Amino acid sequence: MMELAEVGVEAALAAGAQYADARVMAISAESMSAQNGVVEALNQSDRAGVGVRALTGSSWGFAATTDLCAAGARRAGEQAALTSRASARVPGPALELATVPAVTDHWESACEEDPLAVPLTEKADLLVELTNTLRAAGAQLGKASYRIWDTSKWLATSEGARLSQRIRECGGLMSATAIGDGETQERSYPGIRGQYGTSGWELMRHLDFPGNARRTGEEAVALLSAPLCPERRCDLIIGSEQMALQIHESVGHATELDRILGWEAAFAGTSWLDLNQMGSLRFGSPLMQVVADATLPGALGSFGYDDEGTPAHRVEIVRDGIWVGVLSGRDSAALAGIPAGGMVRADGHDRIPMVRMTNIGLLPGEHSLEQMIAETEDGIYMDTNRSWSIDDRRLNFQFGCQIGWEVKNGRLGRMLRNPTYTGISPEFWGSLDMVGGPGEWRFWGTPNCGKGQPIQIGRTGHPAVPCRFRNVRVGVRG
Amino acid sequence: MSEPDLAALADEAMDLVGGRAQATVSVARRRQGLTRFANSFVHQNVVDEHTDVTLTVSVDGRVATTASIAVDGQELGSDEWVSGRAGQARARAGGGDGHGSGGGGREGGRGREGGRGREGGREGRKLADLVERALKAAAVCPPDPGWPGVAPPAPQRAAPDLHYDEACALAGPAERGDVVAAFVAAGEGLSSAGYCSSSVEEVFFANSAGQRLSGRHTGAALDAIQRAGGSDSVAAVFSSRLADINGSSLGRAAAQRAKAGVDAVELPAGSYEVVLLPRCTANILYFYGVYGFNGKASNERRSFVWPGEAQFDAALDIWDDATDPRQLGLGFDIEGTPKQRLAMVTAGTSGAVAHDLRSAAAAGGGTVSTGHSHLGSHVFGPAATNMFLAHSARAEARPVAELVASVARGLLVSDLWYTRVLDPKTLVVTGLTRNGVFLIEGGQIGPAVTNLRFTQSYPAALAPGRVLGIGNDGALQGQNYGANASHAPSLHLSAWHFTGNASA
Repeated sequence: MMELAEVGVEAALAAGAQYADARVMAISAESMSAQNGVVEALNQSDRAGVGVRALTGSSWGFAATTDLCAAGARRAGEQAALTSRASARVPGPALELATVPAVTDHWESACEEDPLAVPLTEKADLLVELTNTLRAAGAQLGKASYRIWDTSKWLATSEGARLSQRIRECGGLMSATAIGDGETQERSYPGIRGQYGTSGWELMRHLDFPGNARRTGEEAVALLSAPLCPERRCDLIIGSEQMALQIHESVGHATELDRILGWEAAFAGTSWLDLNQMGSLRFGSPLMQVVADATLPGALGSFGYDDEGTPAHRVEIVRDGIWVGVLSGRDSAALAGIPAGGMVRADGHDRIPMVRMTNIGLLPGEHSLEQMIAETEDGIYMDTNRSWSIDDRRLNFQFGCQIGWEVKNGRLGRMLRNPTYTGISPEFWGSLDMVGGPGEWRFWGTPNCGKGQPIQIGRTGHPAVPCRFRNVRVGVRG
Repeated sequence: MSEPDLAALADEAMDLVGGRAQATVSVARRRQGLTRFANSFVHQNVVDEHTDVTLTVSVDGRVATTASIAVDGQELGSDEWVSGRAGQARARAGGGDGHGSGGGGREGGRGREGGRGREGGREGRKLADLVERALKAAAVCPPDPGWPGVAPPAPQRAAPDLHYDEACALAGPAERGDVVAAFVAAGEGLSSAGYCSSSVEEVFFANSAGQRLSGRHTGAALDAIQRAGGSDSVAAVFSSRLADINGSSLGRAAAQRAKAGVDAVELPAGSYEVVLLPRCTANILYFYGVYGFNGKASNERRSFVWPGEAQFDAALDIWDDATDPRQLGLGFDIEGTPKQRLAMVTAGTSGAVAHDLRSAAAAGGGTVSTGHSHLGSHVFGPAATNMFLAHSARAEARPVAELVASVARGLLVSDLWYTRVLDPKTLVVTGLTRNGVFLIEGGQIGPAVTNLRFTQSYPAALAPGRVLGIGNDGALQGQNYGANASHAPSLHLSAWHFTGNASA
């Protein structure tokens, strides 16, 4: 496969590109979904192809094909260069690339139990059993699913890098839906998107779905008759799953350098952050420590090298509440005058690599969820994401959670339904006053981050802990 | 690849299944080019082409779907590929004959004369493996009592190339670049961003009941903004013809609105009378299609739709129709059911919901598929993807200027952004305004307003008595996720609930 990548690179250079790289990717994927005791869908796929990226002046040209032979790779390389040159109709400043050593290497993610080798019957039996348990607990709809990706890729660059990787990812989800006359209530385990990692099937076993099914179903039913989350301002304790999405939306996307530079302005949007303020802008309270670390074992955003050949490493994003770093690639980093971040990936051979989150998350603090509750006189504890919305500058957000509880005088009180909260990012993060400890640090995986045109679905990781925020607006509804 | 090649692959797959299972096979070849620009220059310019074979088999009521991309070529023999997981895919693919290839140039200008015969070595073995894997997977799946069988033979109701344009199919980066250049130039120094795309897809479908369908369609879009001093304004056209896109006029209009949007003022949260421009209406229709008029959601009582009830304003008709020349896409769904007009709301009264084979069987009472299956429809439910909203026989369409003129105090909203459902049954949605909001006072468009967050039930917004006017500016609006396009006009609504300012 590496030879095909090399053919693509050579063809692009011969056609006039000043720089070129090519990725051959082969992805084997499998997913299964069950509802109320019935397997509704089983999908297995193998996709393979080559994508060539060529730089000429100010623009990337990219061409991909499933015609996985030398002629196909050569044609893709020529097409990439031709497409890049066609961009000269609307030219801009020439792009430079931040320096990255060109190395030859192979990397594989850890995998104890090949998820694609686990018998389909065993997987189907698990999902069916879970949905039956969820139903038995009173929910009208019990659902369970898993997804597996086994990706092999070979990257060649015109600078001499030759990198191959094999990354296995998997995870699963179960949910219970209780349907009332006026509304529905849902509880998911482990989170709204389940839990995913660069891992084998051992992750699914570790998550203990059977041991959590009955509680999940019972909570969905109980929510139907729970009181509404009141509309007011109060202290807010957020569980780690919801914190993962809070980080993803309000810190992760906001610190993507391509957004800051305006490259995503028309679709994903821009950022409220101004590059000139990096290093001095206060993003949150001094307790806020955020890093992007692609080396965390088992986390969904981990890899050996990104799709430009930059080795995985850790980058500080927020230190003691001050914004100090961004998510970048070689082109955007060169513009900003910083080292390449190693955060550029594509979701298949047929998409151009772009800035994607790796594992961006909070470092653990010194508190615990138990402490947060005990030290809160009047507040609400929310967990498990239900809805998410944030403006195109990543400043104003509104999140809904699946479940909430009153916190009164240091104790959990009544369950609350339809809890929501809203805020402005720096004010909200500035009110952070308690951060969960190392024992509560979890690497949440987000398997469905949409970005780019054509749209790409990225898989990202978010280490998170429970946190407490002061004086937050909660209970917003229409 | 020409259409006969797709048919040959499909036929070979069906032959390989033989009488061992009920089966459907779809072979699709797609080519897409997209020219993306930001800060007034092209920064990403991409093209990809691929061929997919998707096979579904049911063995004694046990179902498996296997999708596989049709990897072709003859030089896959390296040890590296044969080893490891990818090697398993390679081993399944086998070796074999190659095929002809053309040169570069225009994306659509390359012939595929090499083709392949039905006995064509590599593909033959790959298809055989695909079939055997699907049959094996189905055999170990639990029985599926909801399996509805395969679609019965039925003819398409529209020409198989209704939404096909040869020039669009052949367009390359040069043609898209011309559109982009015109849009950027029309900004006269404003910062421009967006994309221009062109695509072509050919599909052949066959199933074990004897249904055989084919079609081809093209798509083109310009979706872009002009930016002036913190004010963005959007312009977009979605069509099956690239020639329908006039970058210059779209760029000028967007630039004019962007300039009018500077120095925006903040307004307090609250309920405002609104004139929603077509992109907003399309967003509402998208949620109606996915969550409301969804046969699976309806079966499971998760939908707000109650057929026969007057749930909407009597001024409204809503329907879905992929066979309308103004729409995009194929004339049949992935289960092989021909698409046809589906009346969802007539003069405010809810009518039919969309079904695939599975949800129709579950609904019972002789319900049949309406041709709205998609890749995830067995899990998420079928969805209408070619919707229309227009005035009913009890109302008339009016120019947007008249809608604005009838507003004493309200807001003109250009676009809705990051809309997410808080509750799927009541369809309460939160999101933000984007790309221009203006205060209307005394029937006149006044100052620009900073973006606002809203939390609003979408069915309630168009409930009886809530629609005060319907624009005559209906146009096709694309959605960013999936192949979904709605033909939507501006709407004058009595109230929209804004819950906060986006920046304070």
